Amino acid sequence: MNWYGIKAIYIHEMERFKRTLFQSLASPIITTSLYFVVFGSAIGSRITEIDGINYGSYIVPGMIMLTILTQSISNASFAFYFPRFTNTIYEILAAPLSSFEIVLGFVGAAASKSLIIGCVIILTANFFVEVRIDHPFLMMFFLILTSVTFALFGFIIGMYAEGFEGLQIIPILVITPLVFLGGSFYSINMLPEFWQKISLLNPVLYLISGFRYSFYEVSDVSLFTSTLTILTILVGCIIFITYTFSKGYKIKD
Amino acid sequence: MKNILEIENLTKFYNKSFKALENINLNIKEGEIFALLGPNGAGKSTLINSICGIVNFNTGTIKINNMDIIKKYRSTRKITGIVPQELNLETFETVWNNVNYTRGLFGKKPDHEYIEKLLKQLSLWDKKNNKIKELSGGMKRRVLIAKALSHQPKLLFLDEPTASVDVELRKDMWDVVKKLNKDGVTIILTTHYIEEAEELSDRVAVINEGKIILIDEKDRLIKKLGEKTIKIELIQPIDKINGNLSKYNFTLDQSNTILSHTYNLNSNITDITELLNDVKKDGYEIKDINMEQSSLEEIFIKLIKENNNELVRN
Repeated sequence: MNWYGIKAIYIHEMERFKRTLFQSLASPIITTSLYFVVFGSAIGSRITEIDGINYGSYIVPGMIMLTILTQSISNASFAFYFPRFTNTIYEILAAPLSSFEIVLGFVGAAASKSLIIGCVIILTANFFVEVRIDHPFLMMFFLILTSVTFALFGFIIGMYAEGFEGLQIIPILVITPLVFLGGSFYSINMLPEFWQKISLLNPVLYLISGFRYSFYEVSDVSLFTSTLTILTILVGCIIFITYTFSKGYKIKD
Repeated sequence: MKNILEIENLTKFYNKSFKALENINLNIKEGEIFALLGPNGAGKSTLINSICGIVNFNTGTIKINNMDIIKKYRSTRKITGIVPQELNLETFETVWNNVNYTRGLFGKKPDHEYIEKLLKQLSLWDKKNNKIKELSGGMKRRVLIAKALSHQPKLLFLDEPTASVDVELRKDMWDVVKKLNKDGVTIILTTHYIEEAEELSDRVAVINEGKIILIDEKDRLIKKLGEKTIKIELIQPIDKINGNLSKYNFTLDQSNTILSHTYNLNSNITDITELLNDVKKDGYEIKDINMEQSSLEEIFIKLIKENNNELVRN
């Protein structure tokens, strides 16, 4: 293993995060605060408890998931697309690094950034509502697994994107709607039966449900199904990246 | 001297149809400076990028230090450095971080003492904390060289190292290349500047349309394909060439005072002493004699023209 190489990529990416620390943290904190003001206080005060949980507290796991998913994807996709754009990718390709090591460096950094942001959001949420974490290890397990999985997904976008616009298409057109429709702000039990069944086709529902269980021991689907879903996405991303690297597509002409 | 790089039957296609490299066979000896010449789009950068693992090739084998670059990519890449043609750098990073980053990528543990020495050698030490965007083009080129040398490679590829740099800096770069070579680094450079190849290289290859059309030692190439022209300036103008001089292919300039005779260095046909004796026998008084030898650039243009004509004929 080229540990120095992995470390070089990881530190290089974290340096970029440090350089833009204010933008990196301010944006999710402000967004989260706005969600709490709008959904938690303004609208939330008119909604009764869900599964015995105060509405403001109920939406915390969903909001963390929303941020983790979007941040993991955007961090990893930008991190890998940027050297492609500036052509500095040449030195990564010319270095004695396996594709696994390259992915480990980039995805590790992107996931770390998301984890930091996720933790900051949990702290921010505490200023607005009472946040209870019944299973902290399970919560961390889901947080890390989701960050890594969606950083891998972002890495794929970074490999295939043809321009900066391309980095935004999937997060805006696919991920954000899936998160909003995946029970971030409600329980699917509140939906008519038909829409409940449709919602079960949304993979993000399983992530949010499992994550919410680690907070309040309430979930729309079983913990096992949630874990299996995220592991399936993780394996799918790994297979896709391995295949793309083996073909050299978009990277090595 | 053993070969540090061996390329056999290398072929590379872009988009499955455009043949960028065709059946390339090339051996590079350890310790030499090898120049790869060719017009734009000839395949110089593709060849370098294939060797360095930046692009995939379709068929053939490449060995560095007798190791296959695909099967033993870790070992071969550790000893290889590349300076790209474009100024591809992370503009918001400092010089120091940029160079150390590359060293890390190549699997070497941090060595601040060596990086300091390297930056000093390349006159970059006082710029170490500057961001790349604050540097001039020449400085950026030096940073690229520093990055390529950060992991102490044995084989260095310079893809047009002095493109768009001023004459003074070009000379500085040449000194750097010579020093590196003296320190044991084998250097392969591509260039548009023939004088660069003439100044630096031990051997030269000419590549055109993805094919190597000639490989030879620089001096031998000049000797083999080069031409010499002797120009004899006479005191008095003459009307036409006759007498003993008619057996040579002399041409007369517009002033009717300068006789020019071009001959191939390899032919050994022209005996200069005899030629000058014939001038004297015919009663001409010589004011001045000038010898001109064809440069590598002229040889290069001639070769490319011949190759293109052959391609058209085929």
